[in-house]
Amino acid sequence: MKVREHLGLYGHYVSIQIKSMMQYKASFFLSALGQFLVSFNVFLGMFFLFMRFSTVAGFTYSQVLLCFSIFLMEFSLAECVGRGFDTFSSMVRKGEFDRVMVRPRGLVLQVLGSRFELTRFGRMLQAVVMFVYGVAKSQVRWTGAKVMTVVFMLAGGTAVFFGLFLAYAALCFFTLEGLEVMNIFTDGAREFGKYPVGVYGKRILQFCTWVIPYALIQYYPLLYLLDQRTGIWWSFTPLLGGLFLIPCYGLWHLGVRRYQSSGS
Amino acid sequence: MKKYLSFFRLRFVMGLQYRAAAWAGIATQFVWGILLIAMFWAFYQTEPERFPMTFEATAGYIWFQQAFLALFAAWMLEAEIFESIKNGNIAYELCRPMKIYPMLFSRAAAVRISRASLRCVPILVFAALLPEPWGLRAPADAAAFLMFLATMVLGFLVTVAFGVLIYGVTFFTVSPEGLRLVATSAMDFFDGSVIPLPFFPEGFKRVMELLPFAAMANVPFRIYSKDLAGKAALKAAGLQVLWFLILAGAGWAVMARAEKKMTVQGG
Repeated sequence: MKVREHLGLYGHYVSIQIKSMMQYKASFFLSALGQFLVSFNVFLGMFFLFMRFSTVAGFTYSQVLLCFSIFLMEFSLAECVGRGFDTFSSMVRKGEFDRVMVRPRGLVLQVLGSRFELTRFGRMLQAVVMFVYGVAKSQVRWTGAKVMTVVFMLAGGTAVFFGLFLAYAALCFFTLEGLEVMNIFTDGAREFGKYPVGVYGKRILQFCTWVIPYALIQYYPLLYLLDQRTGIWWSFTPLLGGLFLIPCYGLWHLGVRRYQSSGS
Repeated sequence: MKKYLSFFRLRFVMGLQYRAAAWAGIATQFVWGILLIAMFWAFYQTEPERFPMTFEATAGYIWFQQAFLALFAAWMLEAEIFESIKNGNIAYELCRPMKIYPMLFSRAAAVRISRASLRCVPILVFAALLPEPWGLRAPADAAAFLMFLATMVLGFLVTVAFGVLIYGVTFFTVSPEGLRLVATSAMDFFDGSVIPLPFFPEGFKRVMELLPFAAMANVPFRIYSKDLAGKAALKAAGLQVLWFLILAGAGWAVMARAEKKMTVQGG
């Protein structure tokens, strides 16, 4: 009952957002186009590198494309929903968060509802096209377990990025400013997550396994999809990565508890 | 001339105030540089014979790109200027007894230089300390270094002239977002920000090198390591001069026209 009520409320928020966005149709399509162009440039860079080189660290073009597309989908999904956290610093500074706190509904839900970025579908569309191409060309022998792995990747990956956005917002409680450095972990991941993390070398792989679990939602399950690792447990690594959400939520919770209003 | 210089100084000092943002920028550029080099390293280790430039030259290119991002980045157009053209506040600027083109030009140049001067030194020092072949090496020789400095100034002028031309065209369109998006993504791709130009296929590269975008960061960054040397380097520098004259001329003409028959938006 409670869950349904929350979902209903969120749906209401989203529909308001979409309606207001549709008042500025040209601007909406332009931003969608912009999102598309940015990640299309990333794709083009990759495409031209693979015109020169045949493989990178043992991965072929279509395999890298498969990796990139799933990663981009995860990111776009999380961003679509979680971009409300992006403007959270201004919400805290203007004191608007006080208004959120006095309402008898969940805080996260309300912040999420404050912004829904449909423009990210420009990027999503590109990811889907690349995914289809990657699936067709990479000769993955699909089994039930592998389909399940892709679903886990999408779920776990969205959770990880969502966690990063949440942590970014939580830090605003302490700094009152958006911490630009955090962009390394979100935009940087989007930029560099196009290649399987293992490509970047051992130390970066370790960081991406134990500190921020990008590798768990990208590299290890990919190896399972490509039959480079067997053993069904590799398909569960994205879910393990999803646990990253817990410390992020902890940070958020801590931030809310020590929140002091800064508005006037 | 003096008033444009003082306008430059004003904007320059203003830019120096944003130190926290500079630190964030430096940290980001470190990470970007390292990851980019790691990526090229992976390609290099798989098939070194297909690498179009030496690995040291690639690493140097990437570090310059990170250190001087503010000088050459396409997307570093000022939202404030677009906004003022859109809401009509630009009218106040036009009231000043100055020509609009040199004013915007000195402003754009100042913003870029002040941002870059805060950021470039730590990144260059860090890059120089990195072990071979990931780090930034000393220039190939004195001549290459002098040529590097000269083409860097030229490339910077071309970049600024291109940006100011975009501002100028904005006077004629009510909503600048579309133009800005297309212009900046095209520039990002063609100026070698996404991947350095030598990595493109030969025929494609030859066309790209004639475009104004190749006359920006591409020339100095490659001259430093002598990836571009001798006749090719001189030709590239000549193209820089040519493109600067064309872009600045076009920008000036567009603005002169805009000044004559301007519709100020907003009330």
